[in-house]
Amino acid sequence: MSMSLLLLIVAAIGVAGYLAGSWRARGLAGGKLSNLHSRPGYYGSFVAICAMIPALLLLLAWSIASPIYIQSTIRAGFPESVKMQPEATQNLSYNMISAIARGLPRMTQEERRALAEDGASARTLLAAKGVPLASEPEPYMVQSAQDLDRATVASSLWRAVLVIAAAAAGAFLSFRLIAPRLRARNRVEGVMLGGLVAASSIAILTTVGIVASMLTEAAHFFNSVPAWEFFFGTVWDPRFAAAGATGSSGQFGLVPLLAGTLYIGFVAMLVAVPVGLFAAVYMSEYASRGFRSVVKPLLEVLAGIPTIVYGFFAMATVGPFLRDISAQISGLATGNYASFIQAQSVLTAGFVMGIMLIPYVSSLSDDIITAVPRALRDGSLGLGATRSETIKKVVLPAALPGIVGALLMTASRAIGETMIVVLAAGVAARMQLNPFEPMTTVTVKIVNQLTGDLEFTSPQTLVAFALGITLFVITLCLNIYALYIVRKYREQYE
Amino acid sequence: MNIMSETAAEKVLEKKMNEISYKMIGEAVSVYYGDKRALYDVGLKVRENTVTALIGPSGCGKSTFLRTLNRMNDTIEGCRVTGRIVLDGDDIYDPSIDVVELRARVGMVFQKPNPFPKSIYENVSYGPRIHGLARTKADMDAVVETSLQRAGLWNEVKDRLHESGTGLSGGQQQRLCIARAVAVSPEVILMDEPCSALDPIATAKIEELIHELRANFTIVIVTHSMQQAARVSQRTAMFHLGNLVEENDTDKMFTNPDDQRTQDYIMGRFG
Ligand SMILES: Nc1ncnc2c1ncn2[C@@H]1O[C@H](COP(=O)(O)OP(=O)(O)O)[C@@H](O)[C@H]1O
Ligand SMILES: [Mg+2]
Repeated sequence: MSMSLLLLIVAAIGVAGYLAGSWRARGLAGGKLSNLHSRPGYYGSFVAICAMIPALLLLLAWSIASPIYIQSTIRAGFPESVKMQPEATQNLSYNMISAIARGLPRMTQEERRALAEDGASARTLLAAKGVPLASEPEPYMVQSAQDLDRATVASSLWRAVLVIAAAAAGAFLSFRLIAPRLRARNRVEGVMLGGLVAASSIAILTTVGIVASMLTEAAHFFNSVPAWEFFFGTVWDPRFAAAGATGSSGQFGLVPLLAGTLYIGFVAMLVAVPVGLFAAVYMSEYASRGFRSVVKPLLEVLAGIPTIVYGFFAMATVGPFLRDISAQISGLATGNYASFIQAQSVLTAGFVMGIMLIPYVSSLSDDIITAVPRALRDGSLGLGATRSETIKKVVLPAALPGIVGALLMTASRAIGETMIVVLAAGVAARMQLNPFEPMTTVTVKIVNQLTGDLEFTSPQTLVAFALGITLFVITLCLNIYALYIVRKYREQYE
Repeated sequence: MNIMSETAAEKVLEKKMNEISYKMIGEAVSVYYGDKRALYDVGLKVRENTVTALIGPSGCGKSTFLRTLNRMNDTIEGCRVTGRIVLDGDDIYDPSIDVVELRARVGMVFQKPNPFPKSIYENVSYGPRIHGLARTKADMDAVVETSLQRAGLWNEVKDRLHESGTGLSGGQQQRLCIARAVAVSPEVILMDEPCSALDPIATAKIEELIHELRANFTIVIVTHSMQQAARVSQRTAMFHLGNLVEENDTDKMFTNPDDQRTQDYIMGRFG
């Protein structure tokens, strides 16, 4: 039985349970709802939940476990000669077997028999059914495929039977439980609470998973490259050795990348912070309500533009523009029209990234400035301070910790930014101080090391995880510090 | 003997009040919040060195009127004031009037204590500093000290002037706000229910303070407590639904008001 039909049946049982449950509760109430502990709808929901949740959990568990179980039994049945082969070859064979098994249900009985007897024509037979095979299957594969098909059909049948049984049993038992004293509302709300907790733990668990996987891979990397060489090395030159070749593993110095990251981030903040803050002050203190109601959403839309678009802008417009301008300037100054700003440069990337960050800075700071209590402003204005004095001497100092927190969060975005840097500052890992020349960042190198046709065991790829975890730790620290500051600031008013 | 001198003093005061010019005069003051009208042609004269109490049921426009006196309504978007308000003969809504200077002359204390999240010293010196009232550090120290003394707070905070003003108790915070207002040497101090967030003891202290401040300042106070109006004020104005119902000597107001609505309000029949 197909998955969707099964889900539909379970849902139908749930709906029926809901209706029956609320009907029964109403009957028990005898026309006086106050006899019941909860409103009838809660009894209905209670039955529906008892019917559906165990059934769905069973379905989920079965759907995960049964393919694994079937695969292991099928592979256990492989001929000894096949079992001798390397793991990768066996995987390929199993893939072919499951492809054949997928074709089997589309065949008639005669075709199946023909397939079993005459392995040689299997490929054409299956191709006619829309299942392309890379090569002619070996006879044992057809045999295994038939086993696999049988097992799959049986599993799906049992799955349907058990799931429906679970749903029906859940509905029946919980229906029997209905009594005026049953605390249906509390139970339903308990389940909802559980759902909410599960949803929020998914995010946390995923993060834990990400960190764990990065840590293990990074540990592999540090097996082949010493940690101090990575953290303090000043040369980034991870030569890609041909697979299998030894000796040339390259140099993995983090310092040039970190320097590029911080440099570009610094230039970006230099652009974003003043502009964003001034915009925020204007928006929160001076702009009329009408203007604000138009511009604030607009700024927030700006924050939603994919960064690759900013990357285009940097590469196609800002970079060439700066290069040409610099050529003009040097021409006027020295007579030699050589541009001193390269098309890809720290300046270009930082500038465009700064523009990208303006909406973050202004939107976050705007919220924080607006949150400064009106009473403080009134107090200052009431003493005869002008608006700008009030902003400078009362509002901004009161908002400062929050603003610093917002800036730290923004900085961690700048550090994590990739696309703009690739397009605007290039991929050359260099250690230098001239903002008019290209540099690159940690994130760019992560992408660089992981794209392409690579083994996942060489230090050249594993270094990406070490870079990733370094970046993760840096941004995590920034964010924690920012949260700490923001929280401290909140306490002032409460 | 004591009683004698008190009545004598009251007589003198009464005489003085009869002679004395009015500090602020509102004529046909109307206020609109957008399309909504909050005040209807209020005419009220505020006597110098007198405490004038504004009473009335909540929402009747007491705060609104109070804020017209130092143009704090200007800070509210969509608020419009018509009519005339005169301070010592000058129309304060005249375009030639600098609102900054006006607010230095007509200070304000708010309903909820709102000290700045700065030190006590900085709270008090804030006004003098922006108005350039003290040239040297010693001058400023003196201003801060006298202001805190006038607000009856000096003895409690003189050893911790550099601790945050927000760390004080509610009553102390409110007295700090009064000191802050006093520090710019205003002529009029407006108070909008200054005790509504305070406990009875802190309230008593502030009321006592208002008594003392009266010697140097003209005070207009909004209060929802009839007893407080009776205790601190010499003149009382009763508002109802945006109209000024009656303005009278406080004693008369609470014993024998002219208007039926005042009587009803004072007897607690509405509000
Ligand atoms: N900022 C404002 N915007 C719109 N309406 C306001 C505003 N402030 C006060 N009002 C209205 O003006 C009327 C008078 O308010 P207010 O002066 O605060 O009354 P009171 O201080 O006597 O309780 C009320 O009806 C109130 O709803
Ligand atoms: Mg009020």
